[in-house]
Amino acid sequence: MSDTFQLDGKEVAFESGQTVMQAALTAGHYIPHLCYHPEFKPHGSCKLCTVEVGGRTVASCTLPAEANLNVESNTGELNALRRTLIQMLFAEGNHFCPSCEKSGNCMLQALGYDLEVHTAGFRHMYPDRPLDASHPDILLDFNRCILCELCVRASAEVDGKNVFALAGRGSGKHLIVNAESGLLKDTNIALTDKAMQVCPVGVILPKRVGFTVPIGERRYDQRPISAQALDDAPRPPSGARHE
Amino acid sequence: MLPDANLIYGDSPKCELDACLQHIFATYGNNKTNLLQILNEVQACAGHISTDAAAYIAARLDIPLARVKSVASFYSFLHLQPQGEYRVLFSDNITDRMLGSQDLMQRMCQQLWLQPGKVSEDGLLSINTTSCTGMCDQGPALLVNGKVITRLTLQRVQEIGQLIRNRTPLAAWPAEFFHVDDNVYRAGLVLGNTLTYGEVLRNSLQPGGVPIIDSIKQSGLRGRGGAGYPTGLKWEACRNAPGAEHYVVCNADEGEPGTFKDRVLLTRQADLVFEGMTLCALAVGARQGFLYLRGEYQYLFESLRAVLQCRRNANLLGRDILGQIGFDFDIEIHLGAGAYICGEESALIESLEGKRGVPRNRPPFPVTEGYLQQPTAVDNVETFCQAALALQMGAEKYRAIGTAKSSGSKLISVSGDCPRPGIYEYPFGVSVGEVLRDCGAVNTRAVQISGPSGVCIGESEFGRKLGFEDLPTAGAFMVFDDSRDMFEVARNFVHFFAHESCGFCTPCRVGTSMLKQTMDKIAAGHGTRYDLNEIEHLDQVLQSSSHCGLGRTACNPVLHTLKHFRPAYENKLKSLDFEPAFDLDGALARARQMTGRDDAGAHLKGDE
Amino acid sequence: MNEKKKLRVATASLAGCFGCHMSFLDIDERLFPLLDIIEFDRSPLTDIKHCGPCDIGLIEGGVCNAENVHVLHEFRKNCKILIAIGACAINGGLPAQRNHLDLGSCLTEVYLTEPGLIHGHIPNDPELPLPLDKVHPLHEVVKIDYFIPGCPPSGDAIWKFLTDLISGRTPELGHGLLKYD
Repeated sequence: MSDTFQLDGKEVAFESGQTVMQAALTAGHYIPHLCYHPEFKPHGSCKLCTVEVGGRTVASCTLPAEANLNVESNTGELNALRRTLIQMLFAEGNHFCPSCEKSGNCMLQALGYDLEVHTAGFRHMYPDRPLDASHPDILLDFNRCILCELCVRASAEVDGKNVFALAGRGSGKHLIVNAESGLLKDTNIALTDKAMQVCPVGVILPKRVGFTVPIGERRYDQRPISAQALDDAPRPPSGARHE
Repeated sequence: MLPDANLIYGDSPKCELDACLQHIFATYGNNKTNLLQILNEVQACAGHISTDAAAYIAARLDIPLARVKSVASFYSFLHLQPQGEYRVLFSDNITDRMLGSQDLMQRMCQQLWLQPGKVSEDGLLSINTTSCTGMCDQGPALLVNGKVITRLTLQRVQEIGQLIRNRTPLAAWPAEFFHVDDNVYRAGLVLGNTLTYGEVLRNSLQPGGVPIIDSIKQSGLRGRGGAGYPTGLKWEACRNAPGAEHYVVCNADEGEPGTFKDRVLLTRQADLVFEGMTLCALAVGARQGFLYLRGEYQYLFESLRAVLQCRRNANLLGRDILGQIGFDFDIEIHLGAGAYICGEESALIESLEGKRGVPRNRPPFPVTEGYLQQPTAVDNVETFCQAALALQMGAEKYRAIGTAKSSGSKLISVSGDCPRPGIYEYPFGVSVGEVLRDCGAVNTRAVQISGPSGVCIGESEFGRKLGFEDLPTAGAFMVFDDSRDMFEVARNFVHFFAHESCGFCTPCRVGTSMLKQTMDKIAAGHGTRYDLNEIEHLDQVLQSSSHCGLGRTACNPVLHTLKHFRPAYENKLKSLDFEPAFDLDGALARARQMTGRDDAGAHLKGDE
Repeated sequence: MNEKKKLRVATASLAGCFGCHMSFLDIDERLFPLLDIIEFDRSPLTDIKHCGPCDIGLIEGGVCNAENVHVLHEFRKNCKILIAIGACAINGGLPAQRNHLDLGSCLTEVYLTEPGLIHGHIPNDPELPLPLDKVHPLHEVVKIDYFIPGCPPSGDAIWKFLTDLISGRTPELGHGLLKYD
């Protein structure tokens, strides 16, 4: 028998070493998230997955699951907080969805849809972030970067290449590539790299394939992210499944 | 692909930098954990870290070039672009401003024909601001190439301008410029101690680790960095945590604006600090210790090293300390490079490991997985001093000082509007009013306790007491009299947090800069009640979702001043209706300039 | 039947392409029941030049010049509820892509140094509204009450939003209608 904790009043089973997020997704319960990726060690930077436990608010992706925790996630207050965080990310970068080839496959956008975000609301920062189109097969559009570090982690941990890193701090924090020239063409990135597949927004794009699937027929046009994230979650073998 | 280190090294034309790099690597070896120390040295030697130097460092340490840039760009004293031969940084704490720092900086810029933040065209100098340098009792202060100059006056600033213009080497500048006073006005347990160094250690050797921990637990000693975690419990958890090595770290990254007591402790009581660290090593079973010294206190580096050497010579450090076979312990000093966040213990550990100072996810806590994932006890400078004294006096006697839940004494760094700014040591439980009386403050409107992340209290609360029961404090005590605009105080602190946010989590990275924008909007006369609502909203988000204490407390200055001094905000509001953050007519200025128009249609007046 | 007073609605396009207005017309035959409960004040559909007191104002496009500011102020003054409709009104959209460029160098390049220009000059006729140095979303200039995102929002989204609003429900779009592209 594994232990359980409460998530929005429902019993969730977990195995030792799992975080609240991992256990919840495995058990078929969605907690909104952006920088968390089931194949990587939890990062805890976007804070979309903030939940309330015993009067304290914490990121659920890094919170170790413990027996009898009482976790609240789907509350009006927490969803309002998540809405604000999404709005902050939209105001911080240049997210111009109508011209973005990731539109419809973008997690930031899909979360905005799911949380009924109608506007960034805040004053837009309109940062100046020039593109890097130097690579023959890959485009980098830094305007959309949300600094989740998934590409940094994928390139270092899976590809063993360290193509990406973050530089600067605070509101000056930005993505850089590992080359003396500072250009992607001078790195050893390849189209087959894991780092090419993990960007939740439209920063790292393979060239010439952007509109193979037409706008309107894309991943999050089909079904909301809350449903799709559960499909991606690692599940125990059937039979052991707990609903 | 990493370039071959020797090739680059051999080909590099810059002999001076070459020699410097050779010397640096001879000192630090090819150890990745020394990356920040290496970068500090290159910065000091070459004025910036060139791509060549960065590539060479990357190759020697066998790390990606992007990692070198990533780390270097995190710290505000490190530069990847040339910054001028003389890099002048004015301390920008509110106490410096109250002493006229902004005007002095402007005067220096005028004198040297330069805009703040820019490098002069001849590459001679750059002038900018930096977060509090810890010289609030003798400000305004500035750093020039990392060296601190105190008690700035217009005359001194102009002399500095001349020295720079004449390219006088720093070593030939008048010594009194660099003089730092201790300004101790009230000594107590720590500052008045008459200990013979090594004595506590000698007496503790035989009982050993567990009794030390028991004694510290019984003494009721709590951390002096502000959070107040019981020191004995921390040491015990560290001792009991399994690990190939255990480490002791002294947090001397005293970055909280308005705090400077560690500066004085490291000047006057370095032996006591190191004795406390050695006792901690004995207690937790550590063989290696680190003192993480904030970059602003670089001037203390050599004297601290000398104290360490004396202690080695006296066998108070090194192998088989005081003849106890197997008790090996030594201390290394690591220098920070301008990042307040490194005062957070897990960020400090990251920085010690040569990384960006980003706070870790916790748990695990440093006591179980700290430096190099090994159990690590991180304590404040003052805590180590107090620990040594508590062991010397015995738990009972120590406990008798202070209050029930706050035993011992506390060093208070007093600055701002008072005739005697400096260090005051009191038993815990002293009231705010008593401190104000002792430092001679009159007509006091507010006191900021424990820095921007602490609390701001008004006159009605001056009876409150410093201690964990009431007003916990890391030591800062900034006094504001009735001539001060508390909105401007809060705005200064908000700018500080935006500048020091590490940028890891969304709420703090974006929220602190939005808070700054909104405060600036109000200051510029464009504020409305919508902006006050926005501030309250941002505060909520920062408080509930930030990754670490920086974001969670970044809104405190605004919340507290809004609570006590709301009119200071309201009297700046333009109207109750919404106003843009920018001047509409001003937004047409560029178009007027380009078209040469100045007719009525080329202007936007108010709310038409 | 009790004759309910019709809601007065004004619309305008600032730095926009009228795409949102076109999309509004895409509610097709639902325009008829809508017109039973609303009537138009200033709008490209009525050709009324200035806005009088209204219940609802709908504005597409961001704020890029002095005239936009005047129109927006006029709407804010007269409309109880002011709605930003479409990407440009909400985040500046396409026109805001110039925001990281200096306005002076934009004007110079377009009117003075562009290859093929003969006797180029920057237009300075007082009849022309001057451009602002940056393009702003509406909510950075006046208080905006609601936002209907999309480039453009679909006719269905606009219909759902307006019918929610008119019937006194907090407007919600939900999956499928809420789009930023």
